[in-house]
Amino acid sequence: MLEIRNLHAKAGDKSILRGVNLKVCAGEVHAIMGPNGSGKSTLAQVIAGRDLYEVTEGEVLFEGKNLLELSPEERAREGIFLAFQYPVEIPGVSNLYFLRTALNAVRKHRGLEELDVVDFMELVKQRVKLLGMNEALLERPVNEGFSGGEKKRNEILQMAVLEPRLAILDETDSGLDIDALKAVAAGINAMRSPERAIVVVTHYQRLLEYVEPDFVHVMAEGRIVRSGDKELARELERQGYSWLEEEEALAGESRT
Amino acid sequence: MSAAVTGTPAGQEAWLAAFAARERRLANECPWWLQGLRRTALSRFAELGFPTTRVEEWKYTNLAPLARTVFEPAGPLAPGDRRPSSWVETIGGAVAWTVNGILGAASAGRDFSIGSLRAAWQETPELVQRHLSRHAVFDRHAFVALNTAFFEDGVLLRIRDGAVLDQPLVLVHYVSGNGDTPLACHGRTLVLAGRNSQASIVEAWVGPDGLVYLTNSVAEAVLGEGAVLEYVRLQLEGDKAYHFSALHARQGRSSSLAVHTVLLGGALTRSEIGSVLAGEGASTVLNGLYLARGDQHMDNYTTLDHAQPHATSVELYKGILDGRSTGVFHGRIIVRPEAQKTDAIQRNRNLLLSPDAVINTKPQLEIYADDVRCTHGATVGQVDADAIFYLRSRGIAHREARRLLTLAFAQEITDRINPASLRERLNAELVVRLDPIEE
Ligand SMILES: Nc1ncnc2c1ncn2[C@@H]1O[C@H](COP(=O)(O)OP(=O)(O)OP(=O)(O)O)[C@@H](O)[C@H]1O
Ligand SMILES: [Mg+2]
Repeated sequence: MLEIRNLHAKAGDKSILRGVNLKVCAGEVHAIMGPNGSGKSTLAQVIAGRDLYEVTEGEVLFEGKNLLELSPEERAREGIFLAFQYPVEIPGVSNLYFLRTALNAVRKHRGLEELDVVDFMELVKQRVKLLGMNEALLERPVNEGFSGGEKKRNEILQMAVLEPRLAILDETDSGLDIDALKAVAAGINAMRSPERAIVVVTHYQRLLEYVEPDFVHVMAEGRIVRSGDKELARELERQGYSWLEEEEALAGESRT
Repeated sequence: MSAAVTGTPAGQEAWLAAFAARERRLANECPWWLQGLRRTALSRFAELGFPTTRVEEWKYTNLAPLARTVFEPAGPLAPGDRRPSSWVETIGGAVAWTVNGILGAASAGRDFSIGSLRAAWQETPELVQRHLSRHAVFDRHAFVALNTAFFEDGVLLRIRDGAVLDQPLVLVHYVSGNGDTPLACHGRTLVLAGRNSQASIVEAWVGPDGLVYLTNSVAEAVLGEGAVLEYVRLQLEGDKAYHFSALHARQGRSSSLAVHTVLLGGALTRSEIGSVLAGEGASTVLNGLYLARGDQHMDNYTTLDHAQPHATSVELYKGILDGRSTGVFHGRIIVRPEAQKTDAIQRNRNLLLSPDAVINTKPQLEIYADDVRCTHGATVGQVDADAIFYLRSRGIAHREARRLLTLAFAQEITDRINPASLRERLNAELVVRLDPIEE
């Protein structure tokens, strides 16, 4: 479904991604972990099409299509969804209006009829319930004044409404209380399907207890340096990332 | 405060000649004091001339093209001419309209009347004399002077003491002409809101595209003790219009005035809103929205004169500028020595949609009392790139995302406007006007 080959990207003069390789197939759940600043969010944003980052090398294929040629909205309509690490506040635009505009843009692209207000409300209310979300948040401006946890749940709500093929969730589990974490995990699990792939970026094993990944990757300094199964995440939880430096040191030694 | 500065007298001869040509006729149909007022106003205009950009209050608005243009005073509709109309008349309420400054349809109810000012100065001269030209003072103001010299009729809106109006008073000013010579239209409005009355007024200026004309409108509003007045002012002029409008309000004790100004049309606009908070505990809200595109120029000049203690004013002006348009916000707040416990907030926020658009924003605080709270702030920015990306990442097209965010910016002002029918129509108008904005 998604294939990333030797991806390099920079912001201004700073090179951030330095040769990322990753293959995600339909039906799989991948977890990406790694220290702060290793480039996880940058990777997610590049896949979504953020123009702050310039791709200097490599390619990204989605369903065989060259993703890098598409605008962010085209990518979204093709079925890519990014849950932001820092969801953006949009004063003056109601959450409902935003969701409906987005859903109808996506539906139109898929050759489906636009949903009228009644059908749309039915869909949203059902998803809101699933996530145990406060319905009052629907009427409020997008993310404005939402608590950290409310913002994260709102991201999951958008995913649940837009039903993407590939969902990338950037630290959607951070800042959540236990109940919220369970609700978010339930939301993610409800999305799991053989036709859909999910990539979760996380620092914590906790989420992965609820959402079991098929693959776990460790990112460091702009590359995926290790991949494994869910055992790898447990190991990281115990040991942290100090081994990375040792490996670097070893690699350095072996180069000399 | 800058002293009155004499501008260039260029272009004034035509005005003086026009005045002389009409003087006899007008003298016959109005009281001596009014004719005296007109003469004084004209000679003051002759002394002042149109202000140049050397005058601080006019620094960013170049009137040279206006001063060069010879205008002809607009007259009544010719018999058989269809009178103009617009959607503003359909928002509901008691509707009255003028064409070229002359009242075409009056309206009255148990608690209010919208009538001809000319009729009023004939029937109740002492009432008109007590208020006319007392609040919009022409001594230092060329456009008010010109208006005072030239207005032939006008509109008197009266709201009875204690009246609570359940529908807005709607007043639409049209300009109509055949396009041969540029027309000048000096509309005059006098609002008398009685003690403890509650009312809302919607005043709109509408003109055809393609016609060069001058709207030089002056309104005075007197709010009695405890009066509550919502005053919406919509500038929907044609694309070649010069629009000058000034509202000068005087607020009695514990009265509250909310003025919502929306500027959409015209080539060159100067909108002045001023209120003297002349009674203790008065409160004023000034909201403004200006949307300028192409080569439009929109200049907002506001004055809040806190003259008595315990009064509050809250001002929020928002500008959207696209193309090569230019905008000005100049907000004056005066706090007189007696006006202790004044609470005044002024904010001006601007959204630049194009690299060629320019905004000049200037707060001017003159505070002579010590126990006051006065804050002001101005921002100029572009549409938030993070927000754009967020919307696009959900499948919303770039254009649509920009439009959505720009509308949301504007709607902070329109959301405060009543009735709902007007608010919705205005929002639709914004959608249309924002649509062709280039990416
Ligand atoms: N627009 C930008 N301009 C300059 N530097 C950037 C930009 N975006 C990211 N960076 C830098 O790139 C590096 C990777 O950032 P990124 O946000 O991708 O890390 P991360 O792995 O998501 O970290 P965290 O776990 O803290 O979320 C950091 O050093 C960051 O400061
Ligand atoms: Mg990150």
